[in-house]
Amino acid sequence: MTLPGGNPERNSPTSVAPDEVVWEPVVAEPAIVAPIFDELTRQRTKEIIARYPQSRSALLPLLHLVQSVEGFVSQDGIRYCAEALELTTAEVSAVATFYTMYKRTPCGEHLVSVCTNTLCAALGGDDIYARLSAKLGVGHEETAGEPGAPGSITLEHAECLAACDLAPVLQVNYEYFDNQTVETAEALVDALQAGQKPHPTRGAPLTDFKTVEMELAGVFPDLARSVEGPSVADETLRGAQLAADRGWRAPAMPDSPPDLPALPEKK
Amino acid sequence: MTAATPPTNSGPDPLTPVLTRRWLSPRSWSIDTYEQLEGYEALRYALGKEPDRIIQLVKDSGLRGRGGAGFPTGMKWGFIPQGSTGPGAKPKYLVINADEGEPGTCKDIPTMMADPHSLVEGCIITSYAIRANFCAIYVRGEALHCIRRVRRAVEEAYAKGYLGKNILDSGFDLDIVVHAGAGAYICGEETALLDSLEGRRGQPRLKPPFPATAGLYASPTVVNNVETIASVPAIVSGGSDWFRAMGSEKSPGPKIYSVSGHVERPGQYEAPLGITLRRLLELAGGMKGGVPLKFWTPGGSSTPIFTAEHLDVPLDFEGAAAAGSMLGTTAVQVFNETVSVPWAVMKWTEFYKHESCGKCTPCREGTYWLVQILERMVHGQGTEGDVETMLDICDNILGRSFCALGDGATSPITSAIQYFRQEFMDLIAAQPAVAHPDQLAELSGATA
Repeated sequence: MTLPGGNPERNSPTSVAPDEVVWEPVVAEPAIVAPIFDELTRQRTKEIIARYPQSRSALLPLLHLVQSVEGFVSQDGIRYCAEALELTTAEVSAVATFYTMYKRTPCGEHLVSVCTNTLCAALGGDDIYARLSAKLGVGHEETAGEPGAPGSITLEHAECLAACDLAPVLQVNYEYFDNQTVETAEALVDALQAGQKPHPTRGAPLTDFKTVEMELAGVFPDLARSVEGPSVADETLRGAQLAADRGWRAPAMPDSPPDLPALPEKK
Repeated sequence: MTAATPPTNSGPDPLTPVLTRRWLSPRSWSIDTYEQLEGYEALRYALGKEPDRIIQLVKDSGLRGRGGAGFPTGMKWGFIPQGSTGPGAKPKYLVINADEGEPGTCKDIPTMMADPHSLVEGCIITSYAIRANFCAIYVRGEALHCIRRVRRAVEEAYAKGYLGKNILDSGFDLDIVVHAGAGAYICGEETALLDSLEGRRGQPRLKPPFPATAGLYASPTVVNNVETIASVPAIVSGGSDWFRAMGSEKSPGPKIYSVSGHVERPGQYEAPLGITLRRLLELAGGMKGGVPLKFWTPGGSSTPIFTAEHLDVPLDFEGAAAAGSMLGTTAVQVFNETVSVPWAVMKWTEFYKHESCGKCTPCREGTYWLVQILERMVHGQGTEGDVETMLDICDNILGRSFCALGDGATSPITSAIQYFRQEFMDLIAAQPAVAHPDQLAELSGATA
């Protein structure tokens, strides 16, 4: 038996040798010179990196820093982090897309996060989210108004915000507004859209999304002031207050610390 | 206000504020208030002592991790290799897990807001004991005000010489970095947290090796919860016998119980380990509006639910486990009769699906399909086989997932079916029930 010539699988007279493939030329990505990351941002970048024993640990803070400049994490922002930490853009993208707090589209002046986890939802969180969504005409991670413009609001439903004793809760730029109702939440959003900054139940006076992202990067323009502000709700103190009222206390400690125990003898 | 309850011989008072004892003081977060209330005295006592004896003290105290698993803290510290050669020669690290996010859990955030110095002092003593010179406090990103408070506390501690080089002339150096997360529940898992702290996607690592041998930067690392480490200064000041005067033999000490949901006075109640829900409900003013209790979680949504049958279960590690659940984070979420169990389970499962990191197939795919089934059921199109199908999926997740997130995702489902199977069956039997809009309204969110 004589086999026909050529490549039987391709049923063509000859096979293509690899060296005949013409590849597109590789175009180097332009070095980042995005002017939006100015000298001050670069200086802050160095300071953040210097805090850690290994530079890559600075990636999460740097992505927050990028958001404080741009209001979201852009492709430029990813290149900026990659260059600062000597990583590939793929490595930075992999991280930026993993975490909920890194937004890939431009955000509003304010980020409103409504807890819709089970307990808040049962106490009204679902209703609050539905009303705000209808009112603003946007869904999850969408922005009402021109992103970044005064009064623009990005809405999201959040997972448990760890304030269950104050349910239902929402956050504006990660400051807590506790014990909300549909009405109070609606009034809050009205005020934000009108350019007002209502004081959170717990947290610093409201600023905007970009400013708090800088704080999340570990850069605090005025920490002595922002650290003040209410932080403990009645709910937080209920146990401590009840104990004080009833005269309940932990067993008394000795007047001075007891001697540390001796080490067991090595076998 | 009632008169002070006279001391009895039957044990400690119903509430024993230790971690919460400074919270009522004005500006309780500042170093001035903290130092006026015996702050940093434990550190002054501990520095210069033999570090191994501090580890022994914490072992003797019986302190168990407050982040959910309840691992003995002193034993964890003792696993860190020491010495000038071999693995002991590597740098050692202390990492604080302040990534609070388990549904229902809200104890670490108030702790860091009200009394951040107890955490900072605990970090310094712990670092000294395990011989670490670098400590990172990984705080959940959404907890911005806690980040400010802890960061400020760290700055104040540096200014007073409690941090930095040659702390209080002891020759011991320590730096603390306050690190903000970026919104990922999985980073509460200790190895995912370490990957995240190294600037990677927060996905869990294969264990072993455990963090004690290969943790942060592959070096020996202790990862502890906020409440655990904030307990350390009091243990140094009071001693192990004092600590053991509260709680039980195997679960000693005080614990912050976070009571939330359909109760009259939700809040933080610090009691000796082993208090019951019946007692907690009394302290919290009972069920809201007198509507009866239907179900509750002893320690967050990842701990199997309990019902009114379990009012007298002692809420310590052994008691909760013996009754078929777990103590978890003592996040006591209370739901009354108005709440649909299948709806609640659907909401929790949506959470696990969103937070599954995607690394392992059972959890990633399992949570995805469980949500599909539950949403379909709650929206009026359940089928007879759904309950068995869900149990089968859960069986394929539990014990087969990479980390505890997958196991936790099955807890609400299997426990809800265990106690409320009939409610699932009734819901399904009434379907396709799109003809009953009233039922859908009821399911889309109960009101208080």
